[in-house]
Amino acid sequence: MLCDICAKNAATVHLTEIIDEKMNELHLCEECARDKSAAMESQFGLSDLLAGMVDFQKPFSKEEEPVMVKCPACGLSYADFKKVGRLGCAECYNIFRKYLAPLLKRIHGSNQHIGKRPMSCPGKIKSPVPKIDKPRACLQELKEQLQNAITQEAFEEAARLRDQIKEMEAKASKHKES
Amino acid sequence: MQIDDLINHTSEWLKGTGPNSDIVISSRIRLARNLNKIPFPHWASKAQLDELIDKTSLAMSKVALLKHATLFKLANLDSIDKQFLVERHLMSIEHTQKTEQKAVLFNEEENIAVMVNEEDHLRIQLLQSGFNLFEAWEIINTIDDALAKFLDYAFLPDFGFLTACPTNTGTGMRGSVMLHLPALVMSRQIERVLAAISKLSFTTRGLYGEGTQASGNFFQISNQVSLGHSENEIIENINGLIRQIIEQETQAREIMLSKSKDVLEDRINRALGILKSARIITSQETVELLSMVRLGSDLGMIKDIDRRTINELFITTQPAHLQKLENKKLSAQERDLKRAELIRKKLNLL
Repeated sequence: MLCDICAKNAATVHLTEIIDEKMNELHLCEECARDKSAAMESQFGLSDLLAGMVDFQKPFSKEEEPVMVKCPACGLSYADFKKVGRLGCAECYNIFRKYLAPLLKRIHGSNQHIGKRPMSCPGKIKSPVPKIDKPRACLQELKEQLQNAITQEAFEEAARLRDQIKEMEAKASKHKES
Repeated sequence: MQIDDLINHTSEWLKGTGPNSDIVISSRIRLARNLNKIPFPHWASKAQLDELIDKTSLAMSKVALLKHATLFKLANLDSIDKQFLVERHLMSIEHTQKTEQKAVLFNEEENIAVMVNEEDHLRIQLLQSGFNLFEAWEIINTIDDALAKFLDYAFLPDFGFLTACPTNTGTGMRGSVMLHLPALVMSRQIERVLAAISKLSFTTRGLYGEGTQASGNFFQISNQVSLGHSENEIIENINGLIRQIIEQETQAREIMLSKSKDVLEDRINRALGILKSARIITSQETVELLSMVRLGSDLGMIKDIDRRTINELFITTQPAHLQKLENKKLSAQERDLKRAELIRKKLNLL
């Protein structure tokens, strides 16, 4: 039996396709089967699942619908992102920040990075964080972590974080008074 | 280094050494990194992607740990070469598609590999033999720091490292451990274990990563979450889970040995018998039988075949490896003949 697609090589892969409730049998050679399966994967992959996740979260009203927002750096629109499940460039994260923050939280359970920073982290060099803001930024981070710990029922960790926050808040108010 | 040079060479991760190497085949860490100002690969122009290959390959040439590594542009490789690199775990299946502006770089030991312009600008991976994620992290972290001196990484203090797909944002890190769990499969406990793993937001994949089925009792387990935890925490979490699975597999092996040693010994030696005498064998059957032989070797039932020989056979019996060895294109039927011949030669010589 020859391959249904190229009609050159012997068919060694036998496939049943169901499209619109119609069953179709395909007999393919190895090469055409590989192409076919790659095409099928690109039809339904992670991007579809992600796009689904974006759709599920609807915290925005009609006027706020972000679909039309476009990244000025690379031209990717939010609608493009919904379709392909991938962002266009680093700047997209700033442009779509409002919509990405809740999405990242859904995916990872958090939207606050606490891992390593590149030694050349540009934010750190170009605009050093003013001293007075730093404890507040940390406080915000700690509060997020506390929220996470509570959702994950890691109560020991939560208690530790709570004490740390109390301590920091006490320090901050002392600082203000002085 | 040429691609053809690899065929007579054993990758570092196949040596069968390192902690818990009776159950853990390999440990792998990969980092996803992108640069500012150039769109992510799927959204960039050809010229931008070419520019990215130039920029990153220059940076990589300055990193001490990558000094002896070689970069290959995928457009210059034929389909067998590309498949060959996938079989050696040096790149992903996705990297073999639409290859015009893609490249891969790896060192002679084949423990460090960098894919350029896959889903992200850079996918850096470190592959170690045995259960060794922290060591892998130390090495890859050094490479990453060195590269950051020459490259303007896309990074935001709150979101971390920025990646094309939001599932990798944050640390951009995925740690995976390849496990051989024949006793849990045979005692039908594996479903329970896999169900527990997926509840804990880890994923299980097959031998070749994303999109591949677990086969021949091999399971690759990795973290799903990359944001909100430090790299060390992520590794600690995987390690904790893996330690439990190792314990369960060890127990299942002990129970089989005490309750049904004869049956087990029979299965293992039948597997070896078929491998030593078959004239035609598919890669699926090979993986299944080699898995039994590996178990036999780990339990001391087979004494004259070492782990490294078995590990090598898992790779050299794959389709592209057979075609590389024969230096020509082979049909599926021809490969089944050649595969059987190669296994007979290897196992009967010992």
